[in-house]
Amino acid sequence: MTANKTIITDFLVDQMQMPVDIAFWVEIVVVAAVYLGVFALLGLFLVWMERRAAAFFQQRLGPNRRGPAGLFQTIADALKLVSKEITGTEKRDKFLYTIAPYFVIVTALMALAVLPFSQELQAFDINLGVFFITSVSSVAVIGIFLAGWASNNKFSLLGGMRSGIQMISYELSIGMVIVAMTVLTGTLQLSEIISFQQEHGWSIWSGHIPAIIGFMIFMIAGTAESNRTPFDLVEAESELGSGYHSEYSGMNFAYYFLAEFVNMFIISAMVVILFFGGWLSPFGITDGIPYVGVFWFVFKTLGVVMLMMWFRWTFPRFRIDQLLTLEWKYLIPISMVNIVFMALVVWLGLTF
Amino acid sequence: MEKIVFYILAMIMIVFAVMSVTSRNVMRAIVFLLFVMLGLAGIYFMIDFFFLAAVQMTVYAGGIIILYITSIMLVERIGEPLDKPKPIHQYIAGGIASLGAGMSLFAIYNYDFDQVTEETTTTIADVGRTLLNYGDGGYILPFEVISILLLAAMVGAIVIAKSYQKKESSN
Repeated sequence: MTANKTIITDFLVDQMQMPVDIAFWVEIVVVAAVYLGVFALLGLFLVWMERRAAAFFQQRLGPNRRGPAGLFQTIADALKLVSKEITGTEKRDKFLYTIAPYFVIVTALMALAVLPFSQELQAFDINLGVFFITSVSSVAVIGIFLAGWASNNKFSLLGGMRSGIQMISYELSIGMVIVAMTVLTGTLQLSEIISFQQEHGWSIWSGHIPAIIGFMIFMIAGTAESNRTPFDLVEAESELGSGYHSEYSGMNFAYYFLAEFVNMFIISAMVVILFFGGWLSPFGITDGIPYVGVFWFVFKTLGVVMLMMWFRWTFPRFRIDQLLTLEWKYLIPISMVNIVFMALVVWLGLTF
Repeated sequence: MEKIVFYILAMIMIVFAVMSVTSRNVMRAIVFLLFVMLGLAGIYFMIDFFFLAAVQMTVYAGGIIILYITSIMLVERIGEPLDKPKPIHQYIAGGIASLGAGMSLFAIYNYDFDQVTEETTTTIADVGRTLLNYGDGGYILPFEVISILLLAAMVGAIVIAKSYQKKESSN
């Protein structure tokens, strides 16, 4: 199905003399292990990046002792979290309390699996592409909802309810921006979206005005989807303790923490795939060299992640009514008109 | 291979469906129902019908279950276990359920199923073309009827919410 698959299977069958059936299973295990590793390291790296960026914006140094530029600080933190006792409230619903973090972490992992890191490096090139990512991440809300409810703590419950309202609302405008971009590219499959951009230039250039409007809406809604400031009402520190994960400790807390950062990466990766050409290099300077796409993809995605971190230290938090007004009275009408506008632009052949 | 996956998914669905009905805790019952929905999505994935699988996850797992959770949170005493239903209710429910199961089994065992020999994945483009096709085998009319129904439901919800507001302001 994908180049990645054939490489591993070919290697196992030809070089290691392995039967095809066993090679198939070994390959599944290897790819799963690689993605789990990428997931953990990515989460830890993004936490470090967030702390360094926050320090930069506040004219501090940030973590700088463990390893070069403090790079190993988050690994030390993770080790500390693993060794901590797992506590919880007395009257919590133990079953739901325990499974809630896995909803968030499994859906983040599933969404990560379909991202094309380069032309050769994609685990699962499903023909639904972007729609698959949105449908999987719509299940993640349940994890947050259940965490808020099962903790048996009113602040957690408030956080969970807020997150449900917020994520369901903002999913709408994300979906509509995806529809508008689908009108331009004519496909939902991630690899084909990128090959369209290889021919016609990056979508933000070939789709010009409607694509730029779509990009702005997607950035706003994506920031809200990943529950980050200025939309972090879910865990507003000054109001709710730390919201839905107040009662989580140790590794259970770390799951939420990692999943939040990986979700931020996934949203940024979707921005890069939809608008900035995925693994394509600018002006095609490294076209034809295999695996260089990984560098461009990660480079661009971390650029968008940096933008989201910049938001965090620039904008103050919204109130819940302001948040809903922004979505239902501004973003949804704008993105609906944007779909029509995009369709008009494509129909009249005004794209580049 | 596919057989094993199917039986695992079917087991998951049956076990969680039974647990969902027998659970005395509403919240847990909903989560078990969610697992049934996800198992169904898994079966759609297994038969390479990705579009239906993704719709199943978005609409049922992501939408309906969330709706259930929010509406049940508005009900009182969700933390306590539910009361046992009256015996007469149990008998009626059991009768209806076994009638439904019997009819399904009868239909399944008396129908000649065609074996699918060629594996084709339905792409989202095919689904879109069929849905908006006004020729033979097209679904444009049901599609439009359903969209009018949804529009009516939305307008109705807004009207109901508005009338509450007026009453509050007049008091």
